[in-house]
Amino acid sequence: MGRITLDQVTKSFGEVNVIPPLDLTIEDGEFVVFVGPSGCGKSTLLRLIAGLEDVSSGQIRIDGADATDMPPARRGLAMVFQSYALYPHMSVRKNIAFPMKMAGVPEDEQKRRIDSAAKALNLTDYLDRRPGQLSGGQRQRVAIGRAIVREPQAFLFDEPLSNLDAALRVNMRLEIMELHKSLATTMIYVTHDQVEAMTMADKIVVLRAGNIEQVGSPLELYREPRNEFVASFIGSPKMNLIRGEVARTYGAQSIGIRPEHIAVSTDEGLWHGTVGVAEHLGSDTFVHVHGHGMGSEPLTVRVDGELPVRHGDRIFLTPDTEKLHRFDAQGLRL
Amino acid sequence: MATQHSRAAARLMISPAVLLLLGWMIVPLSMTLYFSFLRYNLLMPGMEEFTGWTNYRFFLTDPAFFAALTNTLLLVGGVLLITVIGGTLLALLLDQPFWGQGIVRIMVIAPFFVMPTVSALVWKNMFMNPVNGLFGHAAHWLGLEPYDFLSQAPLMSIIGIVSWQWLPFATLILLTALQSLDQEQLEAAEMDGAGAVQRFGYIMLPHLARAITVVILIQTIFLLSIFAEILVTTNGGPGTASTNLTYLIYMQSLLQFDVGGGSAGGVIAIILANIVAIFLMRMIGKNLDA
Ligand SMILES: Nc1ncnc2c1ncn2[C@@H]1O[C@H](COP(=O)(O)OP(=O)(O)OP(=O)(O)O)[C@@H](O)[C@H]1O
Ligand SMILES: [Mg+2]
Repeated sequence: MGRITLDQVTKSFGEVNVIPPLDLTIEDGEFVVFVGPSGCGKSTLLRLIAGLEDVSSGQIRIDGADATDMPPARRGLAMVFQSYALYPHMSVRKNIAFPMKMAGVPEDEQKRRIDSAAKALNLTDYLDRRPGQLSGGQRQRVAIGRAIVREPQAFLFDEPLSNLDAALRVNMRLEIMELHKSLATTMIYVTHDQVEAMTMADKIVVLRAGNIEQVGSPLELYREPRNEFVASFIGSPKMNLIRGEVARTYGAQSIGIRPEHIAVSTDEGLWHGTVGVAEHLGSDTFVHVHGHGMGSEPLTVRVDGELPVRHGDRIFLTPDTEKLHRFDAQGLRL
Repeated sequence: MATQHSRAAARLMISPAVLLLLGWMIVPLSMTLYFSFLRYNLLMPGMEEFTGWTNYRFFLTDPAFFAALTNTLLLVGGVLLITVIGGTLLALLLDQPFWGQGIVRIMVIAPFFVMPTVSALVWKNMFMNPVNGLFGHAAHWLGLEPYDFLSQAPLMSIIGIVSWQWLPFATLILLTALQSLDQEQLEAAEMDGAGAVQRFGYIMLPHLARAITVVILIQTIFLLSIFAEILVTTNGGPGTASTNLTYLIYMQSLLQFDVGGGSAGGVIAIILANIVAIFLMRMIGKNLDA
């Protein structure tokens, strides 16, 4: 139930090769998140799995069966689109019922599933409204409801939360995770928000220009990024990358150290620099430090509470050597 | 949405246009009304006198009137049916990506730019003429008897000609409507298991409902007053087989020189057009609110 395998899958649009040969296995019941910068092919990959695009070569297997040439409807996957793609002229109830109507599910069974989905998603009061009369979060829930009632082998989400405001996004994130726990169905989730990726995923797939840069659990990626790209993509704020003389003392072409792994002091430390802008988030403060002899890029350092420093002050930094990442000339981890 | 203030301003701004349009409409309308109660024949100038409802009685009891009424409704209904269905199918076809799309789309609009008289004449002489027309030649070539469209099926032929003129309009409106349909909705429906026919029925058709309403309303207005096509092809004949209300009024007032009778016919035509309009609005106008 819901094991998806991509075998040497490629996709080109005319001359443009968007996905070079790619192998990936998604286990049954896993929550997999695709992340990567804009235009790296996340949506394309998802649409290939859904069957909305044809692969240029390679094979897609769902539960061991070859699904490469199967039409989308027969793959048993449900998709939630970024724009929700609700049917505007149908009531919420009809929207949710639509896939069951197409599949010829009996009326009373339809009703039962709609009611339970509506209850799970807090939609009971809105069943007779049109999508146009709902808020963004409610529309999103209708789209999810429409996916749930199909009882699919796997759910595909393409940036489902990107149209919502920050508070609602956190809520919906929890709801989707809740849903995954209760249904235990495979979910593939596309996002470019790395907080979503870190918090939701069992497994993160980091993509760059159609290539898989690394696959692993959120903490694996955080602790042991395979290369500079993953290192700077995962984690917020971004990891500091330092090249040149300082890196060479660690025997690497470049070194990476996360803002939270640098100790700060006003009187002694390994590196020193000048305090730049400070971003106060309440619990944490992120201070940008212009390190002496460390290139023009400021280092971001996390300090808690209020550190008694001002713009232009001299400051000392000490990296936690245990958590320091070293990369070679190709950007690969040493 | 608008505030009270902006609504008041809006009313003030549009009032000159509304007044102008109203005057433009009221003057000829009241003159027609006035003439319709006169005995006013161009053969007897200076003999106008008030006759009450006589003109109306004559017009309504004329056997040609009911023939014309039926023909008008058949003409409007037939053309609407052909253009809406044909236009939807053509729009679906033109919405597919294919080579030379741009050129084909422009070509499809072309009939709309041909003047009604010209297109009717072309159809009459180059296609439907049993001796010289292309259809006649085609029938000969197939070894069949040529069919004299305009005398054997006059109304059908006119419906065909008018549909040909209006098909591009319907196609164009429906095509733009189709292009504004969110592709993700179609993809969602595809994933939900809807086949091509179901996607059309459940997603595209409801999306097109407004555009179809607009096509029907606009075309009805123009189709109720079809005239040139009848004048240059059949002259309303044979008998009254292809006479519609507009043509009947023309015959009354200009061929029989009876301005009073023609005006009465005009007033009746206005009333009928309004009945049709109310009927249409009731039936499909709901689509415009949504
Ligand atoms: N139909 C298409 N024709 C040609 N090129 C396409 C098509 N669809 C996508 N592409 C290209 O493929 C690449 C990957 O697109 P894709 O939509 O998968 O990116 P993405 O990772 O989802 O980005 P985003 O985060 O912005 O949604 C892009 O460079 C895009 O220009
Ligand atoms: Mg995308």
